[in-house]
Amino acid sequence: MVEGTDGVGRSTHIALLRTWLESRGHAVLDTGMTRSVLAGRGIKEAKTGHTLGRLTMQLFYATDFIDRLENEMLPALRSGFVVLTDRYIYSAMARAEVRGIDSGWIRSIYSMALVPDAVFYLRISSPQQLVERVLSSGRGFDYWESGMDLGLGEDFYDSFIAYQTRLLRVFDRMSLEYNFHVLNASRSVRSVAADLRRAVTKLIDEPATPNEDNVSPLIPVRDKSAPAAKTSTNVVDLNKEALS
Amino acid sequence: MISYGHHQYPGKLFVVEGTDGSGKSTQLALLYQWLKAEGYPVFFSEWNSSPLVKDTTKRAKKRHLLTPASFSLLHATDFADRTERDIIPPLKAGAIVLADRYIYTAFARDVVRGCDRTWVRDVYSFAVRPTVAFFFRAPLDVAIDRIVSGRPNLKYYEAGMDLGWSDDPEDSFKIFQGKILEEYDRMVSEFGLTVIDASRSIERQQREMRLLIGQHLNKKRRGKTY
Repeated sequence: MVEGTDGVGRSTHIALLRTWLESRGHAVLDTGMTRSVLAGRGIKEAKTGHTLGRLTMQLFYATDFIDRLENEMLPALRSGFVVLTDRYIYSAMARAEVRGIDSGWIRSIYSMALVPDAVFYLRISSPQQLVERVLSSGRGFDYWESGMDLGLGEDFYDSFIAYQTRLLRVFDRMSLEYNFHVLNASRSVRSVAADLRRAVTKLIDEPATPNEDNVSPLIPVRDKSAPAAKTSTNVVDLNKEALS
Repeated sequence: MISYGHHQYPGKLFVVEGTDGSGKSTQLALLYQWLKAEGYPVFFSEWNSSPLVKDTTKRAKKRHLLTPASFSLLHATDFADRTERDIIPPLKAGAIVLADRYIYTAFARDVVRGCDRTWVRDVYSFAVRPTVAFFFRAPLDVAIDRIVSGRPNLKYYEAGMDLGWSDDPEDSFKIFQGKILEEYDRMVSEFGLTVIDASRSIERQQREMRLLIGQHLNKKRRGKTY
């Protein structure tokens, strides 16, 4: 999967990678956040209204994710496809963390995810570089990509810089925790693409370890006989606001 | 970090739970009328009511798109919206919130669908702990009778048809409700649910609820309970 902050060129690279893999005879499925049949449209509509609460947003993303995981990614993996995903659980976790949501909670939700074969993190060193890309793309600043719901800055520009700086920090930390393959995305498209190909080739050509274990277990349907658990202590800190 | 159950809002949250046909919605409606008549600010909130998620849920149910895990998360999304919109703001404002079904509905249904117990509880750990959670316990045959006689067309997910236990909606519904009741029973001690015997008369149940709720309301109003 390919991860990275907004505007680093994830979709460009996924498109290139897909074409290249297909030309080498691999069947490819590409998918990405908010593209599920189930929840994709609902999330887009909810975001248009700007009335999406912080918790609701995280769970909506999780719904979208599980639908794509169960209905797209797992079947494709089982039938031998290479699955490329534009953002995985890490983007969702980073967005949640930047919004002050308890990371233990969000991680427990995504504990049903599959561990990817590789996470390519397209890293950019400063949000100012992203701004250039946002502007040259012609679509301008987006409300959510600028983190406007957080009230970090007076206008889209200030907010974008502040928000993306925080995201970058979270990604950098996760990069160590989850062992991301970091690619310097400040370079030309061509050299980033070449690196990606090299890394993917290595993965695909390696004698595949039997993949069955990797593909099966979803935690939510794990254990029907487990004793009733106590309510978790991993809690989103909603109540803090009320006290402060 | 503050965990589930430690909220400090001035309002009160009363929830009703139970299998379909246990009569809980009737009781909640009576409670609502009473509290309003007594002059309390009351706010009513029901399961599956988020305007943000409604279209998605409707489409998913119609087209049978849901798996146990996505069913669970979609309902959690709905519940989160309800919490952020309909539950926390009135509680902060000091109102009484009455909720028709709460997290225990999800715990019962999702676990019966095969989701992991701990996982489902973790997902809902953001919820506000109710002041009192009533569990309307009706004998299974009574509850099933009320539903089946009133509504001959059981819906696909309502009857648990997605679980493949039976091709007959009514049979499937019976098996499903039986398992849900088992889950509720285990939650009574886990979460301290207040059990109401739903096989008694409507009036008696209501009297009992009013008595219990009266203990949590401001003292000066308590005398008016009848």
